[in-house]
Amino acid sequence: MDMIDWAITVAKALVVFLVLFQVAPIMAWVERRGSALMQNRLGPNRVGPLGLLQSLPDGIKFLFKEDLVPQHVNKFYFLLAPIVTLVPAFMTFAAIPFGSSIDLGDRVIHFQVADLNVGLLYVFSIASLGVYGIIMAGWSSNNKYALLGSLRSSAQMISYELSMGLSIVGILMIFSSVKLGDIARMQGETLLQLGPLAIPKWGIFVQPLGFLIFLTATYAETNRLPFDLPEGESEIVAGYHLEYGAMKFALFMMAEYVNMTTASGMVATLYFGGWQLLPGMGWVLTQLPLEGLQLEWARVGFEILSFFLKVAFLMWLYVWVRWTLPRFRYDQLMDLGWKVMLPLSLVNIFVTGVLIYYGVI
Amino acid sequence: MLIQSKKSFLQRFYVVEVLKGLMITMRNMLFTKKVTIQYPEQRREYSQRYRGMHYIKATNGVENCTACMLCPTICPAECIHIEAGERPDKEKYPVRFEIDVLRCCFCGMCEEACPKDAIKLSTIYEMSQESREVYTKDYLLEQRGSK
Repeated sequence: MDMIDWAITVAKALVVFLVLFQVAPIMAWVERRGSALMQNRLGPNRVGPLGLLQSLPDGIKFLFKEDLVPQHVNKFYFLLAPIVTLVPAFMTFAAIPFGSSIDLGDRVIHFQVADLNVGLLYVFSIASLGVYGIIMAGWSSNNKYALLGSLRSSAQMISYELSMGLSIVGILMIFSSVKLGDIARMQGETLLQLGPLAIPKWGIFVQPLGFLIFLTATYAETNRLPFDLPEGESEIVAGYHLEYGAMKFALFMMAEYVNMTTASGMVATLYFGGWQLLPGMGWVLTQLPLEGLQLEWARVGFEILSFFLKVAFLMWLYVWVRWTLPRFRYDQLMDLGWKVMLPLSLVNIFVTGVLIYYGVI
Repeated sequence: MLIQSKKSFLQRFYVVEVLKGLMITMRNMLFTKKVTIQYPEQRREYSQRYRGMHYIKATNGVENCTACMLCPTICPAECIHIEAGERPDKEKYPVRFEIDVLRCCFCGMCEEACPKDAIKLSTIYEMSQESREVYTKDYLLEQRGSK
């Protein structure tokens, strides 16, 4: 690797980091406006056009509030917990491809921070680190509600990680690669040709059951409704971040939103073709009066836009589902995880194996 | 008691039911009229009988009040203080008429007790002040309502 390659890698990492950093304020606005509209209210609409700048004063408020550390906490772990929660959240996105590659003649740029050969496994291993921060926060707070919240969170994450991991085995069997770049590229192939309509080999079409299980499991993994028992406002006040205030609380919120983005990115990459162009975009691309390298750049731009739109829709789905489904009871949550999702994901693997053996997929 | 409703085979998968639920929230978001009143520009309409800030009714620039002391007598919060005096034409009138609105419970009994229709409650409900003030006679004599 020469200096320019290093510079390109650093630039990619920086851009991804900065974009992820903007997710929290924007999602906070989307969540507040979205939930308000669904409840027939208007939501914050005073600061800036449509209230878009609302997160700015909120952020300033978080920064300038008193940084309180209660006396009864274990100070070292109490201060460490938000960092331990936030860092893995940012790390996971590195392996997700947000565009294909572009050939500049003397070098090829891949639009992915790190094309690891263990891509998928890396994402899963780092994502499961996030639970340590939550356990640390709950335990070091020395508070019964906080401890209950973190216990719930760890139990929930362990039971849902199982079916989550098994649900993507089907994808691995079909595309026979764990490199996320490969998986995204292979989803560009055509699965079925129905007259003029070509159905691409997106994960959702070859693995509908696996998609449902994976999507449900990501909701449990990111502690979002209907699986937000670790927070459970009406039962255990605020759960694991009960004793946190000011910027430390904001870090937990940010970690939650970044985790949501990563989970949406994973769903988009595995089941919605990642950076594969959305229907209609390929046609638009052929109509543009561009040639050679310019066309290549336009293609990459459309690919990044496609990926962005897919992730944005899945993020919106989080908000949408939040105000549609009520919270599960704890035993129902465990029932769903162990008695429904785990057997179903095993069945999914079996059926996929049979279909592959008979050459259907 | 745990009541379990019978669900059909398809319903027990919940996928279709969840999609139906998502459609309900989306319909509410897009098409239902929003109930928010955007306060400083829009105001809620109150009934004419609303009991808000007090005022003393005046006819031809002279207050109706004759300092009969019925309103401070009936006032359950004891927030009305009147000092009576005599005009040159031997008519009784309030030299001082003060209402401590911080104590007032806006029951409207003073309005009902008044034989001269002098003390009235207007429909004004924005009564925030920067300091704790007792409303004086001059302040109360501003005609704030049409009652």
